[in-house]
Amino acid sequence: MYQTNQYAGMLAETVSIPGHQGDLITAYFARPLGAGPFPAMVLVHHMPGWDEWYWETTRKFAHHGYVTLSPNLYHRAGHGAPEDVAAQVRGAGGVPDEQVLGDLAGAQHYLRTLPFVNGKVGIFGTCSGGRHTYLAACRVAGFDAAVDLWGGRVVMAESDLTPRQPVAPIDYTRDLACPLLGLFGAEDRNPTPEQVARHEEELQRHGKQYEFHMYPNAGHGFFYYDRPAYRQEQAVDGWKKVFAFLAKYLGRGEGDRVRG
Amino acid sequence: MCTMIVQQVALEGTGKGAGGWFPVNQANVSYDHPFNAPLDHALTIDFVNEAQGPGARVAVELSEASARTLVATILAVLEQAERGGHLEPGSQ
Repeated sequence: MYQTNQYAGMLAETVSIPGHQGDLITAYFARPLGAGPFPAMVLVHHMPGWDEWYWETTRKFAHHGYVTLSPNLYHRAGHGAPEDVAAQVRGAGGVPDEQVLGDLAGAQHYLRTLPFVNGKVGIFGTCSGGRHTYLAACRVAGFDAAVDLWGGRVVMAESDLTPRQPVAPIDYTRDLACPLLGLFGAEDRNPTPEQVARHEEELQRHGKQYEFHMYPNAGHGFFYYDRPAYRQEQAVDGWKKVFAFLAKYLGRGEGDRVRG
Repeated sequence: MCTMIVQQVALEGTGKGAGGWFPVNQANVSYDHPFNAPLDHALTIDFVNEAQGPGARVAVELSEASARTLVATILAVLEQAERGGHLEPGSQ
């Protein structure tokens, strides 16, 4: 827990970064003030879009000592209220995996150019962003830790594959290149506990470093305090596990006295 | 997009959105996470005109039972109108 007499400061703003194929896309950026060096995080927003929860969570990570960047994966759909933009993307069948990976690689590269980053960059996502996080951890070189929260459709039936999502992420497991933390709800229907178990088998088969937690009495999205799915006890414990995992693999910012 | 179950259909009509009435030329029908309804998944319909941007949207998020009732009701109303000879010429 941080101390009441400590200095704390933060900068948070929207920026533009080069994404897939060099496209300039918007991103929300938050960092602790100070010279650092600080570890960095890429946050991958969920299906409801680049919304308030993700901007708040970007600041939450900065509060915990991480230079954090959340790219707007729906930038190319145009601008408006986050829900309207997300609805347009949903209607179009989602964003192509290849484009998302390009945007996430761009976000990582942007963070690595910053003089106050310690050279470690992790990635975190929930829901569709959890799936994208896993894909990126397998297919984008350079991430040092990955946090997949209830990412659905990591395990996909052949009939679920589309031109925009042509390969099930689980099929890239051999290429997973960093430690993985996964948090899931036992009552979730996407991913189901059976799908999570199937994913875990694949991780074990390839000898990957991972840590999965399945929370009882929780379903999909149990961190979302503005949804009926919120589960206070599980969410509090889950956040502790997220920050303990990141501290282990990315380190903490120099001067960071947040110990929560 | 957690289920990615979505279909698009071309339509002809008008809808009243946040900016007033606009021509609707498409509906996106999906079964996925709702933005607002207190459900894990909902049948959502977005009546849109993409040429006018993401804000040209009239949205509903329905429970499965409500969606089925709505479909049956729409068909029943159209059948009643047809029986009464009220359908617009050339509308079928």
